[in-house]
Amino acid sequence: MTPGFLGGALRVWRRDMESWRKYYKASLVGALGEPILSLLAIGYGLGRFVDINSGNPGTDALGYAHFLAPGILASAAMNAASFEATFGSYTRMTEQKTYDAILATPIGIREIVAGDALWAASKATLSGTAVLLVAVAAGLVRSWWAIGLPIVALVIGLVFATMGLVVSSRARAYDFFTYYFTLVISVMYFFSGIFFPLGTLPAWAQAIAWCLPLTHAVALSRACAAGTVGLAALGHLGVLLAVLAITYTLAVHWVGRRLIA
Amino acid sequence: MEAPIVEAVGLRKRYDKDEVVCGVDFTVRPRECFGLLGPNGAGKTTTIRMLTCFSPVEAGSLTVFGLPVNAANARAIKSRLGLAPQDENLDPDLTVAMNLHIYASYFGIGGGEARARVAELLAFAELEDRANDRIPTLSGGMKRRLILARALINRPSLLVLDEPTTGLDPQARHLVWERLRELKRSGVAMLLTTHYMEEAAQLCDRLVVMDHGRIIAEGTPAALIAEYVGDDVIEVATGNDLAARARVEAICRALGGRVDVVGDHVILYLNGKGAVGDPRAALSDPRAALSALAGEPLVHRRPTLEDVFLTLTGRDLRE
Repeated sequence: MTPGFLGGALRVWRRDMESWRKYYKASLVGALGEPILSLLAIGYGLGRFVDINSGNPGTDALGYAHFLAPGILASAAMNAASFEATFGSYTRMTEQKTYDAILATPIGIREIVAGDALWAASKATLSGTAVLLVAVAAGLVRSWWAIGLPIVALVIGLVFATMGLVVSSRARAYDFFTYYFTLVISVMYFFSGIFFPLGTLPAWAQAIAWCLPLTHAVALSRACAAGTVGLAALGHLGVLLAVLAITYTLAVHWVGRRLIA
Repeated sequence: MEAPIVEAVGLRKRYDKDEVVCGVDFTVRPRECFGLLGPNGAGKTTTIRMLTCFSPVEAGSLTVFGLPVNAANARAIKSRLGLAPQDENLDPDLTVAMNLHIYASYFGIGGGEARARVAELLAFAELEDRANDRIPTLSGGMKRRLILARALINRPSLLVLDEPTTGLDPQARHLVWERLRELKRSGVAMLLTTHYMEEAAQLCDRLVVMDHGRIIAEGTPAALIAEYVGDDVIEVATGNDLAARARVEAICRALGGRVDVVGDHVILYLNGKGAVGDPRAALSDPRAALSALAGEPLVHRRPTLEDVFLTLTGRDLRE
């Protein structure tokens, strides 16, 4: 039986997973090491300094590390998915011609985009879950809602994977990704409320920050970690899913334009 | 007559302003090996891309297995198609066997059926002892055989081979040819593009020669040779001796056959099947030409498809 949409996407996902298995160790060190280091170095190093200056030394409930951890989780998911969907997917789309090989079979563009995005999002889930485990071990998570955080990481992963695929489909060389990571991903990393509350920004800057998908991802992640899941959190999830619908549609369109001509 | 496997009528394709396929008609019949020959830029690859659903048909009609090639039929067509592309696109991070397993899964072939199929194809490609090796460790010939095996994973009704032996050494090439002849005997229809005229002569039942997006000749290899070249070719290597070259050329022209001067070679094509009244008909016997050229450093040989190809498409470089 020729696979349908979901079956096709899962087969593309499996192809990515099988080729990753060959060097998963190196990949895991890269994907998990950086966010965990950030959490420890910034959360505890900078955190102690912040907590002392805010007159809040040593109190655990509102410490800086508590504030930071859900944001690091969201950014770890963003980074993992973004790297995979740019450098990884671009290599499959161009140099390795993996997409071309798949397109000679009944699997089509939609399945390739969905399967590749799902794979990048799986790596995002892995990174996010690793951060979660460290945060739990460090006592930074106090709510059972945190069980939902791997799912949040998956959604964040899908959003940034499909965004990355749009960028990859328009890229002419690997250099192109430098612009994307510097001008888009890094800007989000610093201005989405991971390191400081957005309330400290002027109103116009806050308005811009709320246009960034990572801002909603961080807010959703923080709500889960703190157990303050309500309508606002649902709204953030809705924004992420809406962005995903747009980026997925664009990715299918542009990847198709690139491969079928 | 059985329904054709592929039927192209007035097929056209343009990229930006350049028309690369300009009204092409051809048919691939069941169980035959059909060749698509032509210099670089002739439109072969674009034609192949259209019929493998990689490039939308612009105008004219193209059917594969009786289905018009379009987005709606792509899945149905591709499930019965095997494509061995020109570019090596095996999965470098997967083993030889896993390349086949994953490819089988794309066709919905899994479990015991996939294992049996993979084992069978590894044997076919003579890669059983490399099953667990990664792709970068394979030689060029092994990669080509694996690409061919991969294209057969779904037992295709049509096998499309885009330059299947480019870059291979003679041993590797002959092994691929042997496999392709085996497939032909089993009844798989094949569409082959190649730059190697010997390959086309070895494998193709019928072929077309394309140039500048058009088909300029069509027939069996033997018929094309008879029609465009003839029965005999005499090549004289004159070296750097310009006087000798002029003398040989004059003798050849006096004989009446078609004469081609390529570098220091003077080539005389003797067409024994010229029409009545055609001066070339007088040359049905090569002995006259051989005695006229006695003493010259000549080679008397059978004409090949290469002669047809160069006669039709000229000797200018295409890049």
